[in-house]
Amino acid sequence: MKKYYLGIDLGSTTSKAVIINEKDEIIGRGITNTRANYEVAADIARLEAIYNARFSLLKERLADDDSFSTEHERYISDIENVFQFLQFKNRLDKLRIQLIQTAEETIHAEDKEAIKKIIHSIFDKIEPEIRNAYMKGDLGAKSEFFRDIIGERYHDGVAESEKKYFEELMVLFDKSITPVENEMVEFDFKNLVHQAMEILDSKYSELTKQQEDKSYHFDAELNLLMGNRKDISNSLQTHIDYIAVLDIHIANMTGTGYGRALLPFPEESIKSEILCHAFGAHAIFPNTRTVLDIGGQDTKAIQADKYGLVTSFHMNDRCAAGCGRYLGYIADELNISLNELGPLAMDSTKEVNICSTCTVFAGAEIRELINVGEKREDILAGLHKAIVMRAMSLIARSGGVRNEFTFTGGVARNQAVLKYVTALVKQNYGDEIIINIHVDSIFMGALGAAMFSRRGVDVDLPDQKKNRKELNVLAK
Amino acid sequence: MSNTKDMDVKKEESMVLQKNMLANLFSELSNAKESGKKVVYTFVPGNLSELIHAFDMLPVYPEINALQSGMRKKSRDFIREAEKVGHSEDVCTYVKCDVGMMMKGNIGPTGEKLPEPDLLLLSYTGCFTFMKWFENLERLYPGVPVAMLHTPYQEAGKITPEMTEYMVKQFKTEIIPKMEKVSGKKLDDDKLKQILNNSLQAEDLIQKIFESTRNVPTPIDAYFAGVYYIGPINAGFRGTSEAINYYQTLYDEVMDRVDKGLGPVTPIGEMEEERFRLVVEGPPNWTSFREFWSLFYEKGAVTVASTYTKVGGVYDYGFRHDPEHPFETLSEYCMNCYTNLNLPQRVDLIRKCITEYQADGFLTNSIKSCNSFSAGQLLMMRNLEDELGVPVGFIESDLVDPRYFSYSNIKNRLDSFFQMLDQRKMILA
Repeated sequence: MKKYYLGIDLGSTTSKAVIINEKDEIIGRGITNTRANYEVAADIARLEAIYNARFSLLKERLADDDSFSTEHERYISDIENVFQFLQFKNRLDKLRIQLIQTAEETIHAEDKEAIKKIIHSIFDKIEPEIRNAYMKGDLGAKSEFFRDIIGERYHDGVAESEKKYFEELMVLFDKSITPVENEMVEFDFKNLVHQAMEILDSKYSELTKQQEDKSYHFDAELNLLMGNRKDISNSLQTHIDYIAVLDIHIANMTGTGYGRALLPFPEESIKSEILCHAFGAHAIFPNTRTVLDIGGQDTKAIQADKYGLVTSFHMNDRCAAGCGRYLGYIADELNISLNELGPLAMDSTKEVNICSTCTVFAGAEIRELINVGEKREDILAGLHKAIVMRAMSLIARSGGVRNEFTFTGGVARNQAVLKYVTALVKQNYGDEIIINIHVDSIFMGALGAAMFSRRGVDVDLPDQKKNRKELNVLAK
Repeated sequence: MSNTKDMDVKKEESMVLQKNMLANLFSELSNAKESGKKVVYTFVPGNLSELIHAFDMLPVYPEINALQSGMRKKSRDFIREAEKVGHSEDVCTYVKCDVGMMMKGNIGPTGEKLPEPDLLLLSYTGCFTFMKWFENLERLYPGVPVAMLHTPYQEAGKITPEMTEYMVKQFKTEIIPKMEKVSGKKLDDDKLKQILNNSLQAEDLIQKIFESTRNVPTPIDAYFAGVYYIGPINAGFRGTSEAINYYQTLYDEVMDRVDKGLGPVTPIGEMEEERFRLVVEGPPNWTSFREFWSLFYEKGAVTVASTYTKVGGVYDYGFRHDPEHPFETLSEYCMNCYTNLNLPQRVDLIRKCITEYQADGFLTNSIKSCNSFSAGQLLMMRNLEDELGVPVGFIESDLVDPRYFSYSNIKNRLDSFFQMLDQRKMILA
């Protein structure tokens, strides 16, 4: 039986899970927002990683089967998207029931029916919207977690409905979201995939109709699918059925991250995120010597040797300025979502100088700057630069940037942060510094943890020959 | 996980001896007015214990009082008192703790009132704060004479004959005349010679005790227990026969542990498995000393050398007091204290400790209050990391201000540091 290894990174903002095979290759990823109940967050991430691993293994299996061509990957991705929607829908249905029940228990009799009606109408509207978004593989850049997606749409729905129930509707949501979010649901993979395939059938028949009116443009890949979709789905069944019941044997697991001590793991299976980020980063980019990890609660500058072993590290102390939470606070101040911050800052034409080194004071400074007419994107650009400056001083304390430099953590997904990190690293340490940013930067800690699991018993040196299909930024 | 065997920690003979010695000193201090003995306030780095004994005076060490107040959880209130009268948040917390203690009646760590000073003897000027501290004491005790010995910094990494000559001159023209005047006694050269001879013997013994960490497992923890071991030699007993007796007893106990292959004693018993050997730079935190220590012994981490135990004087390179050249030897002692070494010298000393005592890692506890120690620590750490490839760790706390000891922050960093050492052992094995 093949062995797999699980790494869980319980961060302050997001919880990540990564499953690797015996060659340190990632075969499954799962991510969710961290919530009061850490165990649920870790479990959700883990289950998502296992579902994702099944899809990876399915693709692997199809690649070995000559009767399937690469175009069919599109079909598998579609199934995965709908599969995710079905999980989402399960929670959505539960939330609707929970809201109705909470309304039943807490709202005055005279308003009860009206409020329940509004809830139903909001959910009737939301569900097809989200379903379409999933079907198109497009949920926007805003967020990917249940609480955020549903929260925003529910809020919009409430804003459009009768003003007099605003307060009640918002309180109902706050009371209902937590129990729903914290409930653990485990799905039957096979059953859910079959449902997804049925839903896809209707999507493709819809496409056929649209094609007939000629006004709809198709890409070649879809055209190919159109013809033999039915055949594919039939012959896929055997592969899917095989994968659905396949025992993904997790031989060992390791926990890391801010909440690692809360994981129900034995002590030897709990590793510091510093080691995990360095180990993960080094596995993907073997020449990594300096790692910058900007997470939700802390920023770490890590120096590693040629084996990926940490030789020293520095973390921010006593202050959260320069961490992901700083961005979260700023997003709240400006009433926009976290994922919109970076793109907005990229639109800036001039950076406003932000003086405050304190998160809370920066909030006051922003309001002041808005009052004097500075543009939001220019303020944001200044804020992003300020964060990176803090990280640069931490790097300097830890011994500076040694070639190559790898940037990990959730904040590495923010384009504006990336822009300033690249510029400031080059400016301070020279153009020859190679800067690595992996598409999976947020999973780097979980990857390192999974790699520790694999080495739990059999000790060996990190694999030096890794695929480098990922983005290797050689910014000039 | 605990690497220590639960047992009743029996008091070693040396511990009892030390406790009695200090209790007697504080009792003598509280009776100073009656006995007519003169009281000298002075500092630990480059302290002139031999001269104080030669003039039959009694020493008070404000730094030691401050750290004792820290360990007895009294420093928070004392610091608040000092801040109330205008000492800012950035002032050395030893100073604030001491000033606060005086404002609250100058009740010492044993609960007995400390006598007022007859002389303020500033024997080490490498710490600028010391000078400001004594300026404050001078105001608190108007009219008290001050003797200041200017100690040249080892800027070029060595003591030149001119530097010694400069200091000897100060002894002859400033220090001795002031001490003679305050004590009402002439300096007895033979007596000083005898005292210096006693110092030499105690110094030989303490150096042998700290060198016992060459053994695996090390029989002692050179930081957490080391701070107790340096008590007598730095707190006024150097030059006495009691100090020789104490260090001989301690040495015998340590050698007994070596013979039996035993590890160090921790507050919860004997450490059973030595997992990590460390060299530690910087003073410890005193307000949470036990908690701080537990973060180490619970992980099987033991200190094989620490720079803090060299704060009074450095004996590693063979310096011993020389009875034949009293003023030259006192000068050299003062100039040789740890914080008077330049950064390359400090790096050399640490490098020697890391290699000779086979350390797995080097850890810096950077103290917010103490510029003498903290300035240059990052540079030193980087040098050692680059030269030796030794894993390094960095934590931050304070001497006696409990507001700057963050248990979870320090634990998080230390756990990561120990895992770093573990990973290295595992993978490079």
